[in-house]
Amino acid sequence: MKQADFVSLVMPFKDKVFRLAKRLLVSREEAEDATQEILLKLWNNKEKISEYKNVEAFSMTMTKNFCLDRLKSKQAQNLKIVHSNYTDNNASLQKQVEARDSMGWVARIMEELPEQQKIIVQLRDIEQYDYAEIAKMLDMNETAIRVNLSRARKTIREKLTNTHSYGIK
Amino acid sequence: MVLNSIEKLLEKYNSAETTLKEEEQLRAYFESDNVAPHLEHYRPLFQYFSIAQQEQYTKDVPLKPKRTLMYQWISVAAVTVLMLGFAVPQFFGPTAEEKRQQEEALLVYNQTMEAFKLVSLGMNEGKQQLNSLAMVSDNLNQGIEEASRLSEFSKTTNKIFKNK
Repeated sequence: MKQADFVSLVMPFKDKVFRLAKRLLVSREEAEDATQEILLKLWNNKEKISEYKNVEAFSMTMTKNFCLDRLKSKQAQNLKIVHSNYTDNNASLQKQVEARDSMGWVARIMEELPEQQKIIVQLRDIEQYDYAEIAKMLDMNETAIRVNLSRARKTIREKLTNTHSYGIK
Repeated sequence: MVLNSIEKLLEKYNSAETTLKEEEQLRAYFESDNVAPHLEHYRPLFQYFSIAQQEQYTKDVPLKPKRTLMYQWISVAAVTVLMLGFAVPQFFGPTAEEKRQQEEALLVYNQTMEAFKLVSLGMNEGKQQLNSLAMVSDNLNQGIEEASRLSEFSKTTNKIFKNK
C-alpha cells in the first residue's frame, strides 16, 4: 500500500477520529496528538489493513481505547483542579453570560456526561452512525447503546432546559 | 400538524428510538427560523450537533516509510562490530594458529642464530690464522731490517776497501 492509497483510505474518517478524540480529551492539542498517534499506528500496520473488515469502525474503536487510556494516565499524573467545594459570588453573572452563548453550553453539558455516554452521543448525534455500527465500535449490544443514549439525551435536555429558563425566570 | 409530528419525534428522540432519517428531520426543523417558542431550548442542541460535525483535523501527519527505523539501528550495529573488533582479541589472546606461527618463527630465529654463530666461529679461526701471518710478516720485517743493516755493513767495508 502506497502513501497515496493510505491517505485516500483514511481521508473520509480522519476528522471523525479527531472529533471523537476532542470530545473525550477536550483539549484541541491533545486531540491532535491522539489523532496523529492513531493514524501513525494505522500506517505502521498498513500491511494488515486489508484484513480488517471495516477500517473506519476499527479506527474509531482504537481512538476510543487510546483516549480512555490517555485519560486514565492523566488522572493518575495530574492534580485535578475543580471548583466544587465552594460557591462563587460572581457565579450568577457568569451564568448569565454563558446562557447567551447557549451552544457553548451544549458543549459544556456534554463534557459533564460520563465517558461512555459522551462517546455514544458523539457517534450518534454528531457523526450519525447507525446503531449497528456503534455497537460494533464499542463492543456493546444495541439495546445497551439505546439505553445509554436516551439517558444522555435526557441529561442534556434537562440541563439545557434549566439554563434556558434561567435567563427568563 | 408539523409541530405535532415534531413533538412526537422529540419524544422518540429522547428515548433513543428515532432513526437517522427522523433525526435528520429534527435537525432540519431546528435549523429553520420558525421554531415553536416552547421548543426553543432544543435549538442550540441541534445547532451544536451540526456545527460540531464540521470541525476538521488540519494537521499533517508525517508518514515516513518504515525503513528509517532500520537505518537508525545500522549505526548502532556498526559501532558494536567495531568495539567487538577491539575487544575480542584482547580478551581471548592469540589463537592456536597464531601460537603455532610464533613458535615456528622462534625456531627459525634460533636456527639462524646458530648458523650465524658457526660462521662467526669460522671467522674467528680465520682471524687467528691471520694473526700468525702477521707474526710471520713481523719476522720478515725484522729480517729485512737486519738485511739492510747487513747492506750498510757491506757499504762500509766497500768504503774501507776503496780507501786502501
